Amino acid sequence: MLRIECPCCGPRDHDEFRYGGDASVTRPAHDDPDPEAWYRYVYVRTNPAGLHREFWQHVIGCRQWLVVERDTRNHAIASVDLARKLSARKSPARKPPA
Amino acid sequence: MSSNHKRLSMGGRIDREQPVDFTFDGRKLAGYRGDTLASALLANGVTLVGRSFKYHRPRGIFSAGPEEPNALVTLGIAGRREPNLPATTLELADGMVAESQNRWPSLAFDVQSANGLLAPFLSAGFYYKTFMGPTRRAWMFYEHFIRKAAGLGRAGTDPDPDRYEVRHAFADVAIIGGGPAGLSAARAAAAAGARVALIEQDFLLGGQLLAEPSDSAAAAWLRQTEAELESSETVALMKRTTAFGIYDGNVIGLVEQRDPTNRQPVGEARQTFTMLRARSIVFATGAIERPMVFSNNDRPGVMLASAARTYLNRFAVLPGKKIIVATSNDGAWRTAFDLAAAGAEVTVADLRASLPAALVAEAAQFGVVVRAATHIVDLRGGHAVRRATLNGPDGQSEAACDLVCVSGGWSPTVHLTSHLGIKPAYRDDIGGFVPGAFAADRFGAGSMMGAYSTAGAIEDGHRAGTQAASFCGKSGPAPTPSKLDLGETAAAQLREVLPAGRGKAFVDFQMDVTTGDIELAHREGYESVEHLKRYTTLGMGTDQGKTSNFPALAAMATLRNATIPETGATTFRPPYTPVAIGTLAGRAIGHHFKPIRRTPMHDWHMTNGAEMLEVGLWMRPYFYKQSGRDVNEAYVAEMRNARQAASLMDISTLGKIDVQGPDAAIFLDRVYANGFAKLPVGRARYGVMLRDDGIVFDDGTTTRLAENRFFMTTSTAKAADVLSRLEFLLDTAWPDLRVAVTSVSDEWAAMSVAGPKSRAILSAAFPALDVSDAALAHMGLLESEWRGRALRILRLSYSGERAYEIYVGATAGEQLWSRLLEAGRPFDLKPYGVEALGALRVEKGHVAGPEIDGRTTLDDLGLGRMAGKRTGFVGDVLRRRPAFQAPDRQRLVGLECIEEGKRLRGGAILFLPGEKPYGHGRGRVTSVTFSPERGRYVGLALLAGDVASEGSEIVAVYPMKTETVRARIVSPVFLDPQGERLHG
Repeated sequence: MLRIECPCCGPRDHDEFRYGGDASVTRPAHDDPDPEAWYRYVYVRTNPAGLHREFWQHVIGCRQWLVVERDTRNHAIASVDLARKLSARKSPARKPPA
Repeated sequence: MSSNHKRLSMGGRIDREQPVDFTFDGRKLAGYRGDTLASALLANGVTLVGRSFKYHRPRGIFSAGPEEPNALVTLGIAGRREPNLPATTLELADGMVAESQNRWPSLAFDVQSANGLLAPFLSAGFYYKTFMGPTRRAWMFYEHFIRKAAGLGRAGTDPDPDRYEVRHAFADVAIIGGGPAGLSAARAAAAAGARVALIEQDFLLGGQLLAEPSDSAAAAWLRQTEAELESSETVALMKRTTAFGIYDGNVIGLVEQRDPTNRQPVGEARQTFTMLRARSIVFATGAIERPMVFSNNDRPGVMLASAARTYLNRFAVLPGKKIIVATSNDGAWRTAFDLAAAGAEVTVADLRASLPAALVAEAAQFGVVVRAATHIVDLRGGHAVRRATLNGPDGQSEAACDLVCVSGGWSPTVHLTSHLGIKPAYRDDIGGFVPGAFAADRFGAGSMMGAYSTAGAIEDGHRAGTQAASFCGKSGPAPTPSKLDLGETAAAQLREVLPAGRGKAFVDFQMDVTTGDIELAHREGYESVEHLKRYTTLGMGTDQGKTSNFPALAAMATLRNATIPETGATTFRPPYTPVAIGTLAGRAIGHHFKPIRRTPMHDWHMTNGAEMLEVGLWMRPYFYKQSGRDVNEAYVAEMRNARQAASLMDISTLGKIDVQGPDAAIFLDRVYANGFAKLPVGRARYGVMLRDDGIVFDDGTTTRLAENRFFMTTSTAKAADVLSRLEFLLDTAWPDLRVAVTSVSDEWAAMSVAGPKSRAILSAAFPALDVSDAALAHMGLLESEWRGRALRILRLSYSGERAYEIYVGATAGEQLWSRLLEAGRPFDLKPYGVEALGALRVEKGHVAGPEIDGRTTLDDLGLGRMAGKRTGFVGDVLRRRPAFQAPDRQRLVGLECIEEGKRLRGGAILFLPGEKPYGHGRGRVTSVTFSPERGRYVGLALLAGDVASEGSEIVAVYPMKTETVRARIVSPVFLDPQGERLHG
């Protein structure tokens, strides 16, 4: 049983979460027309033996999507953060519509 | 012979004031409170308690703990029957009914013990060599008989009347093992301020200290420490509790047995499965004594030396009068001294040539005969040992005996640490495996770390307990370490493998694996321990080879002329001791196996003739019994009523999501393949969502309630997935969009009225509302209130008929449902179930779950025009990849059965006429229904585009029923292609 330290709810069993895949890949912009970029985002994975960034959602809890750094060799969790916080850093706020 | 004739009149930790009656194989026997079944049997002189797995050899009690390989019994009767329980771990209770196993017709006379005579043929790999390969047919024939002959106890087949519980628990420090190291660790951790859970499998704390005389210094130390821990508010003493597995995140699986001596266990669970989450763990699991390997070493009356000492000092049972103690180390000498002090005639046969002078001197005081450089070669005796053949410096000699105590040293109990992937590391100085490196939150203490002396274990436990508490940030003032020195001398661990005599020398008693089997495995190249294990079945018994593992490794190492670390160690896996499946399930059995979701109208369905169907977790009406004799008759009648009058359907199971925010329209425009930005307020639109890879994800309708507020519905099956996906996109991809999504699935009851008379029914049910076509056109919305609850009426159709979806606050669902039926009575309004619902949509050519199966694209489903030339929505780019445009890509078509009296079936494979019906075919039938409109079976299918020309014939093959039926390829819309009914 993994124990994930949810930033909102504290340490919880992984039963309360839904796994959401690799968080190290970069999602193209919604209107990016490049098939190659989408192909890489959807299909290409590194499968590391070691630290892996992955999405988990606290579905039976605060419902926040989290980015968890988990060591694939021993399940040790190095960090947990709100996905929204991390992704907001990458994409600056859009201007409100006029 | 009198009962309890092997019981001493004094001493032990039994309560002579409380006699306990039990039966073994129907024989009435008595023991005392504080006994185990094994100790009570020994006290009564029962030496033969079971037959072995393969050769049906007579077996007795070998150990005094969970490592017991031989003395397995079946406990209880009828539904409470539980097989394969070690008698050594069963706390004796009044009325206990125990049976021996694997014997017929009786334990003393077993027909299949003749297998022993066939032994030369039953060696390792025998069955496979004989019956597999070219003679596989023979195996198919013999397997039944072989399986019947082999094996252990049989489980009961009656339902178990007892209750089992699952619970969750938390602790700062979990300490596994209540021996000297564990007790000392608990004391230290509790003093530091940690919440401690001390887990002990036995019903008494103390571990090996329980083998010390009850009036000794060890007993005093134990009493004092236990009292100290009992008075501590932060220590949970969990006796009768086995830690069977350790999992990630320091989650420990525990099984607790109910106190069997409690005569009125009202409401108490027989077993409780606890998932304990600990911040740090101290492993104080102790060590298990090793047997010695010589001919006929499995005879009843052969026992581990430490076990004999436990029976003597803890249970006041003297299991023999004429005893040989065969050992390779100092520890077993204490057994010899105690047995001699209790009046037995004892000989020590020590493998070692030079013996510690102090022990030899002490032996003289107790009148123990000492023979150095001597080992047992062979034993004789059927149901109990009678004579031993010894081999010493003066050659072979014979000695009479009625008990043989053996000690081949000790093996640290590294099973639980193995569960964590910690590889055992061999230590030459103690001649055994200890756990390798621990993570920072785990600690080992006592003999499991090789600290074999009591004083050492207590000191080690103190250190580990302090460190484990400190890891949790608890570092209160340390108590004075408590001390107890029993003056043990170091246990040297010899690993010599002795030449066996002519009889079988057992390594694994439970699986009947002998030194001969290991030699054979070696000869045939199965040298790696993992191969050895699988070839000989070594360590595969219910005891997981607790006593056999090391002797087997030593034997293989000798054969390979290698060191033990070179030979390697096997991996122990959970559970440490067998766990009943029922315990893990707890109360999640029968209808508690999974949650059941009921709609607000559930009770009405139940009292009004609905046959219910499980749809995921939901219970939905399948059909109503008043509609027909069976589902096939009922659904057609329910369909007809919807097409001719009107029908009412409970659609509360649809996923419902409230989407709000200034960017809600932009968000939906990206989420759906078709556009939503320009949807006017008060209008609904059918939408399809794709996955990132371009495959269709889900469909539903979304209604614009206000400029920045939408009401989305999803399919029943995908409700949770869609919500989660929307949240994912907002949290990870587009955090700049100001949108909130919330599930409102349970807040609304939903029902649909479909059929030509539906508008009239609505007018009658809601006289105050204007439901005219001008006020409520197709895809329109009407918001109001009904009896104080919010009401939404959407004019949407799934069936192809004029239809309305009515949403009302969930608590008013059943009232509104009844009101609609009442208002609809003059119009023949009747309820219908999911079978008719599915049939209606097939007839109308609407796709659903069977077509949106995670493999189909918009184009496959004939929905490509919905997206048109739009871009910038999820799945937009990859849906246009070339492979999805291949000419033989399977696309949605309609099929019409053209053979009189035959039917189409969902799942049938499609072939061209004249084509050999072999392989995956050209496509498959996804959904079928009888169409009252067409008067025949029709269906939807996915068929390769290059052969899917409308009007041509296709053959549907259903191998499960060896059916072949001809069908015509037609448009998937079987009814009203112009959509006149929607508006009519």
